[in-house]
Amino acid sequence: MKYKTVIGLEVHVQLASKTKIFCGCRTNFGAEANTQICPVCLGLPGSLPVFNRKVLELSLKAAITLNCTIAETMKFDRKNYFYPDLPKAYQISQFDMPLAVKGYLDIELNGGNKRIEITRVHLEEDAGKLIHTQKESLVDFNRCGTPLIEIVSEPDLNNPEEAYSYLKKLKSILNYLEVSDCNMQEGSLRCDANISLMPQGSNKLGTRAEVKNLNSFKAVKDALTYEVTRQQAELEEGRKIFQETRLWDDTAKKTISMRSKEEAHDYRYFPEPDLPKFLIQTSMINDIKKSLPELGHEKKDRFVKDYSLSEYDADILTSSKAMAEYYERCLKILNEPKEVANWLIGPVLSELKNLNEAFDSIKLDPRELIEMIKLIKENKVNVNTAKEEILPEIIENYKKTADVLKEKDILQVSDEAELSAFIKQVISENEKSINDYQQGKKSAIMYLVGQVMRLSKGKANPKKVKEMLEKKLEN
Amino acid sequence: MELYKLSTVELSEKLKNKEIDSAVLYTRLVERIKSVEGKMNAFARYYEKPCHLIKNKDNYAVNKGLYGLPVAIKDNICIKGKETTCSSKILQGFKAPYDATVISRLKGAGASFIGQTNMDEFAFGSSTETSFYGPTHNPWDLERVPGGSSGGSAAAVAADEAIVALGSDTGGSIRQPAAMCGIVGLKPTYGRVSRYGLIAFASSLDQIGTLSKTVEDAALIMNIISGKDELDSTSCDVEVPDFLEVIKGDIKGLKAGIPKEYFIEGLDDEVKTIVKEAIETLKKLGVEVEEISLPHTKYAVSTYYLIAPAEASSNLARFDGVQYGIRQSASDLADMYKNTRAEGFGQEAIRRIILGTYSLSSGYYEAYYLKALKARAVIANDFKEAFKKVDFILTPTAPTTAFKINEKINDSLQMYLSDIYTIPVNLAGIPAMSVPCGFDSKKLPVGLQIITKAFDEATIFKVAYSYQQNTLWHKEKPKL
Amino acid sequence: MDVKYVAELAKIKLTPEEAEKLQLQLDNILCFFKDLENLNTENIEPLSHVLDVKNVFREDVPRDSISKQDILNLAPQKDDDFIKVPKVVG
Repeated sequence: MKYKTVIGLEVHVQLASKTKIFCGCRTNFGAEANTQICPVCLGLPGSLPVFNRKVLELSLKAAITLNCTIAETMKFDRKNYFYPDLPKAYQISQFDMPLAVKGYLDIELNGGNKRIEITRVHLEEDAGKLIHTQKESLVDFNRCGTPLIEIVSEPDLNNPEEAYSYLKKLKSILNYLEVSDCNMQEGSLRCDANISLMPQGSNKLGTRAEVKNLNSFKAVKDALTYEVTRQQAELEEGRKIFQETRLWDDTAKKTISMRSKEEAHDYRYFPEPDLPKFLIQTSMINDIKKSLPELGHEKKDRFVKDYSLSEYDADILTSSKAMAEYYERCLKILNEPKEVANWLIGPVLSELKNLNEAFDSIKLDPRELIEMIKLIKENKVNVNTAKEEILPEIIENYKKTADVLKEKDILQVSDEAELSAFIKQVISENEKSINDYQQGKKSAIMYLVGQVMRLSKGKANPKKVKEMLEKKLEN
Repeated sequence: MELYKLSTVELSEKLKNKEIDSAVLYTRLVERIKSVEGKMNAFARYYEKPCHLIKNKDNYAVNKGLYGLPVAIKDNICIKGKETTCSSKILQGFKAPYDATVISRLKGAGASFIGQTNMDEFAFGSSTETSFYGPTHNPWDLERVPGGSSGGSAAAVAADEAIVALGSDTGGSIRQPAAMCGIVGLKPTYGRVSRYGLIAFASSLDQIGTLSKTVEDAALIMNIISGKDELDSTSCDVEVPDFLEVIKGDIKGLKAGIPKEYFIEGLDDEVKTIVKEAIETLKKLGVEVEEISLPHTKYAVSTYYLIAPAEASSNLARFDGVQYGIRQSASDLADMYKNTRAEGFGQEAIRRIILGTYSLSSGYYEAYYLKALKARAVIANDFKEAFKKVDFILTPTAPTTAFKINEKINDSLQMYLSDIYTIPVNLAGIPAMSVPCGFDSKKLPVGLQIITKAFDEATIFKVAYSYQQNTLWHKEKPKL
Repeated sequence: MDVKYVAELAKIKLTPEEAEKLQLQLDNILCFFKDLENLNTENIEPLSHVLDVKNVFREDVPRDSISKQDILNLAPQKDDDFIKVPKVVG
């Protein structure tokens, strides 16, 4: 039997506010354990939450961009359950009056676009972190109270690739909005997937499994691919799919049932009495709409149109907001869209990759990069010297292009008198190649140019050398 | 001079004028506590050395200052570095790492703290019998309860073991013990005083207030602790009048409503007579009295005992042995939780947690919790309607005078019904005060409850002060 | 009411005798609450916040954390940096 795959994603995104959702503690990643804590996020007896205005702004940016209907009135609710990383034994979340509902996200697939409906976007606080040792578990409360939005999609995704595209698009949008840094490794974007299979042609949804512990985009794709195969095998052998939570094991590359460890849940949601309701005025929504930045896919289309870039190049350049903005800063100094794009996509990205750095953290001043490109255009430096001698210095060691030039003495030599001396020497030492050339083996000239380059320690202007050599040998 | 017998306002004057020294006052008070605490058990703990003593010279510039005057604090309000336990076993050893907002404000006004007063465990009770530290006794009759849950605060003030005390009131926990101990108890409007640092019982009902010897004393303390707090989202940004000033206002021509639903079966005959006499006294002072109706009063107790335990079940879930307080070791996490909570909570706490958990649980939420929230709206509306016609409402504070220790402890419903006149006020979020208005034939005090609309404590103060100026009930002291 | 199930939700261990006693008491109390059914609450909005306060915010300004030691000192079981609990499975 043929099956149709049905996937819905629940994505938790950490919002990029300076402080937590209900208190003034910082949310820095990687801080020493239990140092970003206060009575409020620790849920100490008597402490009370106060809602962070910035968190509302950021979450509204996301919800508006995801085409959601924004609540006129939203409220917080308590979700009650016991767990050592949840100090109040309830999570402040949103139940029946969330921030926003009914949005959508258009994703690009090979065959065109597809619209994925978004069920709801709601606010909640994060829990702490448990570290498991042999005998016991240790609690680090730093993450408690970190602001999150949960974005729940409809089960509109029909294969792992679509889920992947959805996540990628979502990440790009939230990134461009500066709502979140969406770093999956650091947990600022987390994804749970609900997946089920139904017989082709049926309209009755199958029993779903919830897959957790998806810590990278690749893990999402791999885990869902695994689940499709697993569930299909189960169904084909006439077995039942259980409604259960399954954990993705990224090493073993399979999902593991958590059924035996689950208890019945009754979260006993009720309105959070410590937080009044929030009215979201139209004026606030309008202000945010006005302030929304150009998004990745919009930038990409503009780059193709305005700068005559290929889709491929524009896609890479807009893959992060930092890179796209960097590109346009460069163009302001030197309006050579193709040339600058080639440099960024090629040498600059590969240099960053060598350094294991993301584009967001680049410290290279666009002026220095352009200075270097100009030197090449003006024949003052050759391309290879630029790539190998200048670029690493200005990216890695934040040097100025002019200083590198001075230090390394790599200005290109185009002066005829200086070059003549090298050429003379080469001609005298390479009789055979000269004969070859003069007998019609024109390619021999390149060998001679190379010899001049060697003598000049790479500084000679190869174009000029070639011209001069040709002239000399013709005579 | 028996300094500890004086009122807060009197002592504040004397401290200000350097007639007395705050250290001497503190010592005298400790001596008093030592001499009667054996019979009273009003404190969960008290400090022989002052907790945060302000020297006389430090605070003369502070307006509305307390100049080192010691205040007693209910054992559910956090004082930094001091054990704060809600008189429960589960919080033994919990030293609060921060000050409640009311504590910071009192410190700012020059207060010191004599100790933390005994209470019903987590404020679950109306008799101060459910405390981990054992029952507090009523100074008017040591075999009787002081009321509750702020029974320790009320008894301490009545027995001159405290000059003035803070309490908390969720369903009558300040007013009912104040009435039973013959002192003044004020529950301010919900949102008037910050709840930050008050260990929550029922967050939508809890409010910190005062237990004092006189109406002026309440005004003095309210001047210090009232007003918007950035740390409490439910505290209100409403102007705070100078209560010591407004207290002197005229009450002639004010309209009082007497709700007929408060004078029916269940009200003790003697209490009824005494309260009616108090109403007559106010009439003579120029108040116009009319009968009114608060038609949904009979639903208040059920409504309250659905909402309050539900919120409490969630608020008390954090006492799970992980971060602080006691822990019963177990190899398994679930057992650690269950054993710790079974060991740490008393019977009434367990009863309310189970009841509250149930009313929020799947399948019962609509029938119980949600229904109660709707009933709450109906009851609050009764008051709104009433205050269209009258300026304030007069009722008995409690249906009986103090009952005997152990008399109601095994009958939850009877205990719950002793808050029948105070609960509706919490449901409506409005302010009310109990003032002493006489004694029954057993020489047990009776309280008159004065209720106004939200944020109109000024009217309460005016009425109560006028009444007190023209009666002597508050001057009577129990013989210990 | 199923007291045993609710006690499980509330994470309180009850002996069979305690459970039985509580069952009786709570059934009695719930019976008393039945009176509420007589109150017509059709078209009534549930009142979860008694005062009409809305939109209370704080600004996104960092405040000092409290010291790790202060918190660890309160804990029943701890090591240098963490609060310890029995091993959490899963």
